[in-house]
Amino acid sequence: MCLPSLSTASADTFSVDEQKLYFGEAYFFASQGNYIDAITRRGMLYGPISAKLDPLHFQFGDSQFSAGDFELSYRMYQRAGRTFKAIAEGNANQLVRNEAAYRLARFYLQNGEPVNALKSIGKITGNVPKSIGEDLIFLRAQIYMANGKFSDAVSSLQELKASDNYKGFASYNLGVALIMSGQEKLGLDQLAITGEMNGADEVTLAIKDKANLALGYRLMDAKQPALARQYLDHVRLDGPFSNRALLGSGWAEVALGRFDSAISSWSALTKRNVSDSSVQESMLAVPYAYAQLNLPGKAAVLYGKALEAFDKESARLDASIKSVNEGKLLPALLSKKLKQDDSWIARIKSLPDAPETRYLLDMMAYKEFHESLKNFSDLQDLSKRLALWDGDLFAFEEIIGLRRKYYESVLPGIDKQFSAQDTKMKTRLQQRRNLDDKYGNRLADAYKRLKLVDNDIELMKKNHDSFINLRQSVTPTYQGHDEQIRQLTKRVRDSREKVNVLINRQGHLLEVMITNELNQRRKRLQENQSQAKLALVENYERAKKQSSAGGVK
Amino acid sequence: MVRILKSTAVVFLICIWTTVSAAEGTAARAVNDDQVNGLDEQVQDLKNDVLGISTEISRLEEKLLYPANTQVSIFLLVTRGEKFRLDAVKLKIDGKEIANYIYTSKEMEALQNGGVQRIYTGNIRTGEHALEVESFGKSSTNIDYEQNVNYPFTKEAGTKFIEINLAGPGFGNKGVTFRN
Repeated sequence: MCLPSLSTASADTFSVDEQKLYFGEAYFFASQGNYIDAITRRGMLYGPISAKLDPLHFQFGDSQFSAGDFELSYRMYQRAGRTFKAIAEGNANQLVRNEAAYRLARFYLQNGEPVNALKSIGKITGNVPKSIGEDLIFLRAQIYMANGKFSDAVSSLQELKASDNYKGFASYNLGVALIMSGQEKLGLDQLAITGEMNGADEVTLAIKDKANLALGYRLMDAKQPALARQYLDHVRLDGPFSNRALLGSGWAEVALGRFDSAISSWSALTKRNVSDSSVQESMLAVPYAYAQLNLPGKAAVLYGKALEAFDKESARLDASIKSVNEGKLLPALLSKKLKQDDSWIARIKSLPDAPETRYLLDMMAYKEFHESLKNFSDLQDLSKRLALWDGDLFAFEEIIGLRRKYYESVLPGIDKQFSAQDTKMKTRLQQRRNLDDKYGNRLADAYKRLKLVDNDIELMKKNHDSFINLRQSVTPTYQGHDEQIRQLTKRVRDSREKVNVLINRQGHLLEVMITNELNQRRKRLQENQSQAKLALVENYERAKKQSSAGGVK
Repeated sequence: MVRILKSTAVVFLICIWTTVSAAEGTAARAVNDDQVNGLDEQVQDLKNDVLGISTEISRLEEKLLYPANTQVSIFLLVTRGEKFRLDAVKLKIDGKEIANYIYTSKEMEALQNGGVQRIYTGNIRTGEHALEVESFGKSSTNIDYEQNVNYPFTKEAGTKFIEINLAGPGFGNKGVTFRN
């Protein structure tokens, strides 16, 4: 049956208000860490970068950057880079192009491509959006430093001295850049200023600690232990750099010949977690200092205690390596307790102490491990989605089958009835035309009859159009989708195979990274154990001799 | 003992100039960089494929389950700058409950920052209908509130989008506005 067509809205056309809703929805998903749905929703609206939205449209910048930002957040670095590159080289206005070049430069730097980052940032000319003004200056400085252009970095960082947002970062990096550009004294002075900044927020406190730590070690290297000690003492005892600061303080005291003061610094450190290399070193350094103070007996006892602690730690490392090799790490990573929400990686701390996860938090300090773990988690999520879609596509096939069966049984009868109605309506229309031709508006009575016919015809036309609209919408609900569903099903199943392969490989890589790290720690521990054993024997012998000579200490 | 000092001495020249941990990459250096990068690229490629599938499936789902002529989609926003906490929203169309949603703090934050929630997509006949919106939460002064607003609307041929904008308590009925 051939039906006249009525105009229908294309599914691909959205008004500006509708675009805002879709865009807002994409942002809502992204805020929950649901990047697949965010990028999908955005993609349904805008499509590929070069399509649909006019580069001069006021929303172009936001909409295109949202794609790149979502992609970056979802660790699709290559795609994000291509997104920003396309905008930067496109025909959008200067502000948008400059912002894209900035984002591209940042992407290159984070991706370990400093030369490309420098090229990209070099393309920024003219005005930039106010929102990225300071970010751009800081990024430029970072790129200069990554490319060894420390003098240029100094100039950039000096522009940020008055910045509230970048004060600490700019100050610290300025100190480093000055030192690396050969202006040692100025650099050390700058680090000292950084170490005394005002601010009680965690970021500022961490930057101050880092500056004081760097200064302390640099001064130790320059054989100025007394001055070094002053700065190392400013590092917080409960901060992330405290272990290294305490260790450095002790060695500064040793350099000054003050072994008893060194012992005070290191004693606090020996009570901390023995898995830390600074703590292990302090456990050897304290008895060493006692030996220097001519107390070999005490030194021997402490070497013995160090050996005990090292043996325990070695056993823990062995247990962890064994547990990982037995395949217990990956199930622990997939445990429900860990996967409570999007910040699950931060919840690693809450895991019960088990051999396979004991050192997981330490491993998170390594960027490659961190990224690999996130990939592993993403792959698990992809696997679940693909399984769901496999089921959905099967359900769609069933729905279409049921609809086809139903409509193909009732539509012929309905179409037949419509055909009869259609004929009736056409007849009435013809009658009306005939009356109009014959009488026109000349006779009042005929005019009244025409009016009645008009009312009938209007009602019939309304029903006619309504039926056509509905009838036209029915067929697409069960026709024309079979091939698409077949192809989608194939793609989903191919992807499921790929994801299973990648999950195994990614999981294996994580296991290898952890066991390599633990083996390195065990090797370092073995070296410490050897030294402790040797020193224990030497000091024991010394103590015996001292005792024989008449003074046991 | 000098041997111990030398052998156990701290490496004073630890590289501390970078803004990341000095131990970065130790574990990964023992693993081939090409392995790590190669695998990462494959994961990114797979994500690309999955996103393509996701877009197609979403479009197909809309066509099959929510054809344009019967589709109604309801979006929820909160007025930016208004400091209230939205705990839950309940929707009814023609007296029948169609959505009952409880918000996490993350979702609330996303809404306050301009995010839009598609709270309901479904099918209804053309004609006159009544949407009822019940919202529950806490005001900026931590007082419980509950708002109930009705919105009559007409469903015609073509997809119907309804936008609900919540401003929170203190605005009376104007605290909930609608847009087609």
